[in-house]
Amino acid sequence: MIDIERRRALKAGGILAAFAAAGLLPAGRARAAWNKAAFEGKTVQEALASIGASTTAASDDVQIIASDIAENGAVVPVQVVSRVPGTTQIVLFVEKNPNVLAGIFDIGPDIAADVTTRIKMMQTSNVAAVVKADGRFLASIKEIKVTLGGCGG
Amino acid sequence: MANPMRIRAAAKDGITEVRVLMNHEMETGQRRDASGAIVPAWFIQEVSARLNDKDVMSAQWGPSIAKNPYFAFKIKGGKAGDTVSVTWVDNRGDTRTDNAKVT
Repeated sequence: MIDIERRRALKAGGILAAFAAAGLLPAGRARAAWNKAAFEGKTVQEALASIGASTTAASDDVQIIASDIAENGAVVPVQVVSRVPGTTQIVLFVEKNPNVLAGIFDIGPDIAADVTTRIKMMQTSNVAAVVKADGRFLASIKEIKVTLGGCGG
Repeated sequence: MANPMRIRAAAKDGITEVRVLMNHEMETGQRRDASGAIVPAWFIQEVSARLNDKDVMSAQWGPSIAKNPYFAFKIKGGKAGDTVSVTWVDNRGDTRTDNAKVT
């Protein structure tokens, strides 16, 4: 009997260790906030639903600044600027990447709605920026052509 | 411990523009190595910034952010001599914080 209990305990410990290794256990306060469901979304719709955006409207006040053609898909500079009043979040998607969500940027009162980063693109794809403002979701889409893929190379 | 970030912060007309270059593999978990085994995902998940101990910025990232990430943002306020600090946490729980003086 004692042996069985011990085995159970060891097994449970093993499962926990496996979860930790897979990054499924939050280590500390900061990591608990990471929106796992959204980042695992395989389609833009899936990922949008995970951030609470069921409907989006196209808007000229959301601007994606990037070149039309990226020579190297591993490093594609992208800037997103929102002129929507009350912007609280900028969310960046790459439609044809295995996981479509690239990043969620919280726009607090101390930050301008203007962020720049560099993304990976597996292939030519639409890049979408969705802006959350006053509970509404406004979107802009830009196609970026990739001549050399950036995932798996 | 991961390599340090390079941070530049410059104040102009009431806006502090911060540019950060991080050192990180940003492995997607999609790639296979020479033997065909999947290289496990390893990427920065959370990024945050402070201006003089005040939280001003936070972001969540996925593996679609490019290797050795570049990130630029604009803080409302800030002046020369202020301190900007940037922190990242990756999916292995590794973390790094670096500071820069605003110029």
